Amino acid sequence: MLHLVISRLVSLSMTLLFVSLAIFLILEVLPGDPAAIMLGTAAREDTLAALRQELGLDQPALVRYLDWIGGILHGDLGTSITYKMPVSTLVAERMSVTLPLSLLAILISTALALPLGVAAAARRDGPVDRAVLVFSQMGVAVPNFWIGLLFILFFSTHLGWFPAGGFPGWGAGIGPALQALLLPALALALPQAAVLTRVTRSATLEVVGADFVRTARAKGLDRGATLRRHVVPNALIPVTTILGLQLSFFFGGAILVENVFNLPGLGRLAYQALNQRDLVVIKDIVLIFSGFVIVVNFLVDLGYTILDPRLRNRA
Amino acid sequence: MSKRFLAACLLLSVSALPALAAKTSLVVGMPIEPPGLDPTIAAPVAIREVTLANLYEGLVRIDRNGKVQPLLAKSWEISPDGLTYTFRLQEGVKFHDGTTFDAADVKFAFDRARDPKSTNAQKQIFAPIEGIETPDPSTVVIKLKETSGNFLTYLGWGDAVIVAPETAANNAANPVGTGPFKFKSWTRGDRVELVRNPDYWQKDKVKLENVTFRFISDSQAQVAAVRAGDVDAFPNLAAPELFAEFQKDPRFKAVAGNTEGETVAGLNSAKKPFDDVRVRRAIMHAIDRKMLIEGAYSGFGTPIGSFFSPNHPAYVDTTGVVPYDPAKAKALLAEAGYGNGLSITIKTPQMAYASRSAELISAMLAEVGVDLKIIPTEFPAKWIEEVFKNKDYDITIVSHTEPLDIEIFARDNYYFNYKNEKFKALIADAAKTTDEKARFAKYAEAQKILAEDVPALFLFQLPKLGVWNAKLQGMWENSPIPINDVTDVSWTE
Repeated sequence: MLHLVISRLVSLSMTLLFVSLAIFLILEVLPGDPAAIMLGTAAREDTLAALRQELGLDQPALVRYLDWIGGILHGDLGTSITYKMPVSTLVAERMSVTLPLSLLAILISTALALPLGVAAAARRDGPVDRAVLVFSQMGVAVPNFWIGLLFILFFSTHLGWFPAGGFPGWGAGIGPALQALLLPALALALPQAAVLTRVTRSATLEVVGADFVRTARAKGLDRGATLRRHVVPNALIPVTTILGLQLSFFFGGAILVENVFNLPGLGRLAYQALNQRDLVVIKDIVLIFSGFVIVVNFLVDLGYTILDPRLRNRA
Repeated sequence: MSKRFLAACLLLSVSALPALAAKTSLVVGMPIEPPGLDPTIAAPVAIREVTLANLYEGLVRIDRNGKVQPLLAKSWEISPDGLTYTFRLQEGVKFHDGTTFDAADVKFAFDRARDPKSTNAQKQIFAPIEGIETPDPSTVVIKLKETSGNFLTYLGWGDAVIVAPETAANNAANPVGTGPFKFKSWTRGDRVELVRNPDYWQKDKVKLENVTFRFISDSQAQVAAVRAGDVDAFPNLAAPELFAEFQKDPRFKAVAGNTEGETVAGLNSAKKPFDDVRVRRAIMHAIDRKMLIEGAYSGFGTPIGSFFSPNHPAYVDTTGVVPYDPAKAKALLAEAGYGNGLSITIKTPQMAYASRSAELISAMLAEVGVDLKIIPTEFPAKWIEEVFKNKDYDITIVSHTEPLDIEIFARDNYYFNYKNEKFKALIADAAKTTDEKARFAKYAEAQKILAEDVPALFLFQLPKLGVWNAKLQGMWENSPIPINDVTDVSWTE
């Protein structure tokens, strides 16, 4: 077990290093001069040169790359070109929106998908199964930002139950903050819930047909107990894989949903930074996103060994 | 006792409500969040729209009519040769951190702006300065190398606000000025909050206690926020197609004013076919400005024939110099050797006004036998690289929002590739002319030259579509400079 963890950690850090290099190179060839964007179309050449020097953009690429990586290893993410403040502070501020938003979306998504998927599989081709299929077809087909726009039109503009966008901050109290996050979390969760429902349903169906389930039924266990004790634990393995992939998606999907709902999260920061060519912020955020995906996948791998009785005993 | 007492309290508090004074908080909506809050180190308009006159003050202020008025300087004298400006400063003015404002701060602020290492976006406005002297704490003497006709106007811009040596370096994140409001907090991505400055030197003028700027980029969300009352005022609404509805609604005041943004389709004068003035004029003759404004901005916006804001007193209407005349356009094209058609491209940024205009221009040019292909580009990053720096374009379209920027057509190596020595000399001359009447006459002549030479298709002045609660008074209808000055704003109830 320990051996597995260490070897995974090594490959994880190699991947991160490779990713950091890729991010840096892509931003190198991306057109757009941060100094020209900051100073506008009226600025003179000498002013632009002064700003490039101040930002360290006149240094060779290798020096800038090593500065960046060296800083990160010391826990210093650098200073934003546009906001003129530490990226770590910016990211922490934005994380307080994106993290709760993603967690809320995951909660909603799993709370919907697991019962629906199992219920659909329990009575295959029954009315519940049909209804679940229709729901999941629709959910897969409709993009989250469009659901978000519909929600705003109906719940905010028409009914006035929720704010049309924006975030009052956690300082305004848990109630108003959650109220602002609920619609975006739903918009983010529904398409994912649809996918997860389908996966849960098919995984459950597969296990239901397995020999050990028949044995369990043959030895006299009733339907419900068989589902609970034998089917669901085994069906959870493919479901966890998809959930792990979705965790990354929730983080990335937040970019669109945060823009639709005008939420000051990490996704919107990334979008703004890209528009302004705030290279320091973009590099850090892309690295954080990638790091998140890599770490989640690592955790999912570890999760298998806990969930899967066969893998657990082998360790 | 307790129940009756509580009931009495309740009654009292309810009956006290109508007696409360008018509202003292204001929420202003803006489409774009400023990157930083220091107008002296970066160009974006949004920085000025939050900070200028609210947080920071200059020696002079530009009022809502574009006129120069005293601010931190209560008066000034200009020597007869126009080279020495002596400013008498207001006394008893304090920065938000409690330090006293005096002549040394003015010297510091301007020396910082004109330093070789300075990143002031309008550094050229300080270029005429030879030296700054401070004979006493309430007097500043600025000596110029050459006369500068617009010098006082420039001192009212965001680039010339007075900052203190102790705090200047941190102003982007923690602004400290002398203005009527102090910085309270900035929830990045959402809002900037200001509170009334209790030590403001013109305390009695200010009625508001709290001012919040909220940033809402989506135009539908802007409209929803105004309707829901989440924001009290949106001085620059980005939804022209929904603006007329606000004009009909008595709960709101909706005014279509002017900005300093001239929307022009730059023509690359160094490249064929636009190196031939006949072709440039032909294309201009093919454009129906009125129809373009109708399609691109729902009919809001003033047609322009040159590169000068209708807000400015020196503005002349030149829309008749090269008017809409498709027959003439065809004749000129034939004369220039393009009678059998012409195929060109327009690099179009993503802004709604730009892409809508490009489509209309393309349709109008098709009428005179010109095939215009639209190539999308991303503003600012990609546009600056491709068009502005590399000049790799035939036509492009963008709104130039800096005030008084006709001089860009006199610059060597600017993206229009326009060269006219007579125009260049005229602009240089106007910049040095201190007599207002003579200077304005020169600007009028310069406008006419551009109208005839057509280095760009002069289309329309970007409107300022302002909407605010009908109970608010003191909001600006036009913006002679980028600003959201709320010093005089108050609620009638």
